[in-house]
Amino acid sequence: MAHFDENAKPFSHKWMNERLAVDTLKRVLSTEYWIPKNINFLWAMGMVLAATFGVLLISGIFLLMYYQPNTHLAFDSVNYTIMSEVGYGWLWRHVHAVGASVVFLIIYIHMFTGIYYGSYKRGRELIWLSGMLLFVLFSAEAFSGYMLPWGQMSYWAGMVITNLFSGGSLHANGLVEWIRGDYVPGQAFLNRFFMLHVLLVPLAIIGVIVLHFGTLRIPHVNNQEGEEFDFEESAEMYKAGDVKHSKVIPFSPVFLSKDIFVMGIYFIIFFYLVFYHFEFAMDPVNFDPANGLKTPTHIYPEWYFLWSYEILRPFSTNVGLIAFAFAQMIFFFLPFLDRSPNVAPAKRRGLFNLWFWALLIDMIVLTFMGKLPPEGIWSTVGFVAALTFIGLWILLPIITIKEKKL
Amino acid sequence: MKELKIFGIVAVFTLILYWGVEPFAHSQMHKHVEGHGLVYDGKADIKEASKDRKEIEKKFWNDVAQISKLKGDPVAGEATFAMCAGCHMKGAANMGGVTPPSLDHAGAIYDKNFLIALIKDPALATNVAHKYPVGGTIAHPMGPVMTMVTAPQDIANVVAYLKAKKAGEVTPKEAYIEACSRCHANRYGHLTQLGEIPKTKSNIKTGQDIGALKYKEKVAEEQASLAEYLGTLPPDLSIMIRARNEHFMHVFVENPQSELPGTAMPRTGLDKEGMEKVMAYLEKTGDPSKPKREAVGPWVLLFFFIFSILAYLWKKSMWKGHH
Repeated sequence: MAHFDENAKPFSHKWMNERLAVDTLKRVLSTEYWIPKNINFLWAMGMVLAATFGVLLISGIFLLMYYQPNTHLAFDSVNYTIMSEVGYGWLWRHVHAVGASVVFLIIYIHMFTGIYYGSYKRGRELIWLSGMLLFVLFSAEAFSGYMLPWGQMSYWAGMVITNLFSGGSLHANGLVEWIRGDYVPGQAFLNRFFMLHVLLVPLAIIGVIVLHFGTLRIPHVNNQEGEEFDFEESAEMYKAGDVKHSKVIPFSPVFLSKDIFVMGIYFIIFFYLVFYHFEFAMDPVNFDPANGLKTPTHIYPEWYFLWSYEILRPFSTNVGLIAFAFAQMIFFFLPFLDRSPNVAPAKRRGLFNLWFWALLIDMIVLTFMGKLPPEGIWSTVGFVAALTFIGLWILLPIITIKEKKL
Repeated sequence: MKELKIFGIVAVFTLILYWGVEPFAHSQMHKHVEGHGLVYDGKADIKEASKDRKEIEKKFWNDVAQISKLKGDPVAGEATFAMCAGCHMKGAANMGGVTPPSLDHAGAIYDKNFLIALIKDPALATNVAHKYPVGGTIAHPMGPVMTMVTAPQDIANVVAYLKAKKAGEVTPKEAYIEACSRCHANRYGHLTQLGEIPKTKSNIKTGQDIGALKYKEKVAEEQASLAEYLGTLPPDLSIMIRARNEHFMHVFVENPQSELPGTAMPRTGLDKEGMEKVMAYLEKTGDPSKPKREAVGPWVLLFFFIFSILAYLWKKSMWKGHH
């Protein structure tokens, strides 16, 4: 056993150090966790996401105290009890709703930043994969949470999405019923999605966030130019006092000071939305109580699922399901489909630059079409955009293998 | 400056995304319908009417315009109104599906032209003539008025009486109860189709509230006859203001057929004051946090402004000498 000083006062610095290695922890996790200096505000999105997750967790805990997971009571517990009887219940609800929508915007910005700067390349594959796992978990969290107010959109989105598991011509209705716990969404369905939303999925998210942070520690964060340099050497320079020429900064307090400033700006925008423009995050259709006998005119998912929904929709059932599965999975394979060894911003990578912007614009077009009724010109545009999406991913290995080494 | 450029690009893409999934998508999903400014001259009805009904509508609204020009005598109107009061009274019973309104503030919340039209032909005035085809089995519950008050001068007199005596100050809740609540419950406002839910007490020994149970039974019966008459139970309006936008509500209340062709809902004929009051009440039950949001919002934003300024100064001092 290690040596413990019998004279150390309980909870004194020395006492803590002997038991928890607080100095080492502090050094490894913050003061000597080196971050490249050549970065922009997009590098703060990780901390912005962590903060937004925190806001969702706290607002969720307050909502959980009054929410009733019962098909007869859920709607009114959200729309009446929380909105008019609970002090500041409306604030927690609007924070939670806006947070759930904005968190996806930041996730997409975070993802596309990674793609643009090549931050998923050799050595950083696990950062990308754990990040994608978080994306899937956040999607599950968003979907299960959307069921809880038990409005028309909750009910019908639940109906449509669980129906996907019948697998088209496979007619796996037994699987759909097993997922729902009933023939149609009902009490069993609401209860299990409630459990997923408040326990299992958040627990998994917290675990994978820790993993995501862990995957960063050894390969280090990428920088604006994709430059590879000796972190040890730069760190020594920094510690020796040459902060001007060193290429790194410590996570705390230098990197953190910028993160906190970016978070300040972010929260101004966030709370502007919460107080003055929350409607975009709360679909009007969901203010009608769930009614299994009355299908809404338009059923569409929240905006962040629209692009993949549109990859499902323009095809026949079976082809659509395969295309949908492709869209859900393909981002995981990015580090292996990009065959170029270059770690550099897309603008210096020739055809890949075109590929990046084409993918971004195509996904925005898919998002628009996913919400519009599939009629006339919209369904044609959606069909072409879906094919483009698949085509772009098939092209990726071809154009990157031909890419000149920088 | 490079950072601002990057921020600009992110902001532009975000705003395009927002525009596409919100204003643009919604404009494509729900065709925009213009209201007619709470003027009840039948223009919309004539336009909507099928070919064979166009002349009927034209003649009807032309007659209404003529009566509107007559000078009504409130005193004579009061005498004529005695015929109406047989049904339009407090505690009236359900007749043919709905309970007649007591008309306490009819003069304040309903438009003059609409009231004239309503007495002349209730089905045409409320734009639900499609529910009562010639030779059909059901008649408009207010149909008998067409044999009771027929002379143009009598109609003008009754309307003059309503405008003079059945007006007065009306609260948003009263306006809502008179105009909407005989068909639409509002559970967040503690209203059923029979009005305000009465206070009852449970029997302390059995834990049962017989008064509440009896009231529930009465409400259920009222709802059953409404559903029988209208084909469906009209929706609860507690948070309708959030389920539909305000523009939709305005146009819909003014002329339900314009937004939902074939609906059983009659036009209510609210005037400007009546519409404002009804909307105020719907906002009160559907969006009660609005005043609180407006009170708290600026302080939270101010907090983050100051937070950001301090954070910026801290960042500056931390990065000193780093470039």
